[in-house]
Amino acid sequence: MSTELSHVVGEHPDLPPPVTEVGVIGWIRHNLFSSTSNIVITVLTLYLLYVIVPPMLNWLFLDAVFSADSRDDCRAIAEAAGDELGACWAFIGKRFEIFVYGFYPAEERWRVNISFVLMIAALIPVLFDNVPNRKQGLWFSLAAPVIICWLLIGGMGLTPVPTDKFGGFMLTLTIGVTGIVGSLPIGIALALGRQSHMPALRMVCVAFIEFIRGVPLITLLFVASTMLNYFLPPGTTFDLLLRVLIMVTLFSSAYIAEVIRGGLQAIPKGQIEAADSMGLKYWQSMRLIILPQALKISIPGIVNTFIGLYKDTTLVIIIGLFDPLGMGRASLADTKWQGLSTEIYVFVAIFFFVSCFSMARYSLYLEKKLHTGH
Amino acid sequence: MTAETSSGNTSLLYRLFFDKELRSVTIQVITMALIIAFFFFIVSNAITNLETIGKGYSFDFLWDASNYDINQTLIEYDSRSPHWKAAVVGILNTLLVAVAGIILSTIVGFLLGVLRLSSNWLINRTVYVYIEYVRNVPVLLHILLVHGIIVNNLPVPKNAMMAFDGTLFLTNRGFYTPKPLFEPAMWAVLIAFVIGIAFTIWFKGYAKKIQDATGKIYPVLWISLGAILLFPIIVFFLAGMPLSWDYPLLQGFNFKGGLVLRPEFVALWIALSLYTAAFIAEIVRAGIQAISHGQTEAAFALGIKPSRTMQLIIIPQALRVIIPPLSSQYLNITKNSSLAIAIGYMDIVATIGGISLNQTGREMECMTIVLGIYLAFSLMISAFMNWYNKRMKLVER
Repeated sequence: MSTELSHVVGEHPDLPPPVTEVGVIGWIRHNLFSSTSNIVITVLTLYLLYVIVPPMLNWLFLDAVFSADSRDDCRAIAEAAGDELGACWAFIGKRFEIFVYGFYPAEERWRVNISFVLMIAALIPVLFDNVPNRKQGLWFSLAAPVIICWLLIGGMGLTPVPTDKFGGFMLTLTIGVTGIVGSLPIGIALALGRQSHMPALRMVCVAFIEFIRGVPLITLLFVASTMLNYFLPPGTTFDLLLRVLIMVTLFSSAYIAEVIRGGLQAIPKGQIEAADSMGLKYWQSMRLIILPQALKISIPGIVNTFIGLYKDTTLVIIIGLFDPLGMGRASLADTKWQGLSTEIYVFVAIFFFVSCFSMARYSLYLEKKLHTGH
Repeated sequence: MTAETSSGNTSLLYRLFFDKELRSVTIQVITMALIIAFFFFIVSNAITNLETIGKGYSFDFLWDASNYDINQTLIEYDSRSPHWKAAVVGILNTLLVAVAGIILSTIVGFLLGVLRLSSNWLINRTVYVYIEYVRNVPVLLHILLVHGIIVNNLPVPKNAMMAFDGTLFLTNRGFYTPKPLFEPAMWAVLIAFVIGIAFTIWFKGYAKKIQDATGKIYPVLWISLGAILLFPIIVFFLAGMPLSWDYPLLQGFNFKGGLVLRPEFVALWIALSLYTAAFIAEIVRAGIQAISHGQTEAAFALGIKPSRTMQLIIIPQALRVIIPPLSSQYLNITKNSSLAIAIGYMDIVATIGGISLNQTGREMECMTIVLGIYLAFSLMISAFMNWYNKRMKLVER
């Protein structure tokens, strides 16, 4: 009786939505169990995750040994704790410095540290436009590579360090950052050359781009390491790292050129014609009208190419440079730590994942920031 | 007079640099001159350098005995075979892993791409995490990791892991399966298979003609499956099952007989496929998302079944978006197969560009061959993909 009279006739208050439609239960129902096929997929995925994830976590963390003096030590500790044999991270901990600095002399490693700080400082004004004093910062970014180069190689007051001592993550960063910094301007030039009205120039650019894109990087690195000396005047020698740097830069500039060409082709012809009719010269119209728009739409492709280049720095182990992967494999020769390759691979994989994933995220941020449409 | 001539001369000189038309000629002439000078410089250097150490530039060494063995060969080869044969073995091995990789990565990639679009939150996120992990880790690392797992974690042949009721043995020396041995009557089955394919091609055209004329739809898929699969199987049984299996048997420390997939091949194949599949998945996802939802709604409004909508409306349009980047992924898998050298799979880089190069000391010639072959592969794949792309392209006004 009383419930019937709790409201005026014809003005029934809204009932709350059914429990199964909102909140956690509603979400689970809609996202995981909305249809028969969905239920099957959910159950299968859960089973798959159950099979894969717990053993992985066990190996990575729960059964892992974080401090030990040798692999047998690791095994003994795991057995003493009654665990199955997990990862032996002690190895990474013991060799951490070698992974970071390679064979760089221990007393000179502060130079690598300063270079790293300088690199970060130089990157900030380039990457973010809301930092104070950005203009001065950009001048610093322009000067930083020279300072870093001086710091790493030495000379002029610092003890010279030959480049074959470079290794580990430091080598990865050296090759990756040089390649990225160098390949963008060369790539832009090649893309403009390919779009040029001058047949000879266009032909040269097309031949270069197609040749580089047609062969794997590893063969180009072989060319750099075995053949390049033949093409230089007799008696000249050429630093191996420098050769690799040049090859990597040229390689990725061909890919950058193709990405930017795509961006250039997406710009309506009216833009160029408008720039021409305003009386802008070729370089002015390129600098002020065409390239800003073309580069903006090419950002995802450019960053993908950079990520690819950064990942490709691992290939240098095949021609005998020691990046973290090479360092790890080399230190496996130590009988105390034999057979720990998986730990090394996982460790290096985490490093690459973090750096590449953050690059991808930055590209998303940049796309969003530059998005001027609706 | 003199003043005029001189002014004409200066104006020509002036125009060479400041007149738009003439300037482009100047720039091109200078570019070409610089490039020719550059090539002249490096070639003359190379000739001098080669002469100094007493090497010429000739491919005669290709006919000398190679003096090394290759553990996986698709054609007959031994250490007395010439270097060119080693190169052919390498090319075939590269092609083998590239083709196998393209097939596996396409299947896995399309599957992952579709799952990535699933409305099921759990699978969607799981696939996302997996794809991001695979994409952001170098392919060389994947190859080494898979190889390491096979070599270090799988049992020795003596305690081989058995799968599928003794038809597949997983060991750290490779994967062993029974090898089919064909008897002569197998030819009949092969011919039946070819006939099945030919019939399918004819039947597809015929069904289309009938459909255009009368609107009657034949179940083309089922009939062609019957022609391609069922018909050869029937012939196979009629011919008295002309097929026997060579089972791998454990003898001593290793298996003898059977078909062996070496750990290097398996590692390279799986790692390359999974790596490329992650990229293909993203391409497929982007391709399907590029098709506006209005297309599906319009198809439903016309009363087309969901399965036919996918087959006739969505997939053909999505393929147009998918194919160009897909073709560059196929190129990538072919080029990435050169990383084989890191784990000792004998591809073209490892045979002619590796051991042959080291044994003969003919860097120039060997690298020329390797680069030439990769360029040829790339040009062929991109030519094929361009042709296919043109066929699929939207015909606009």
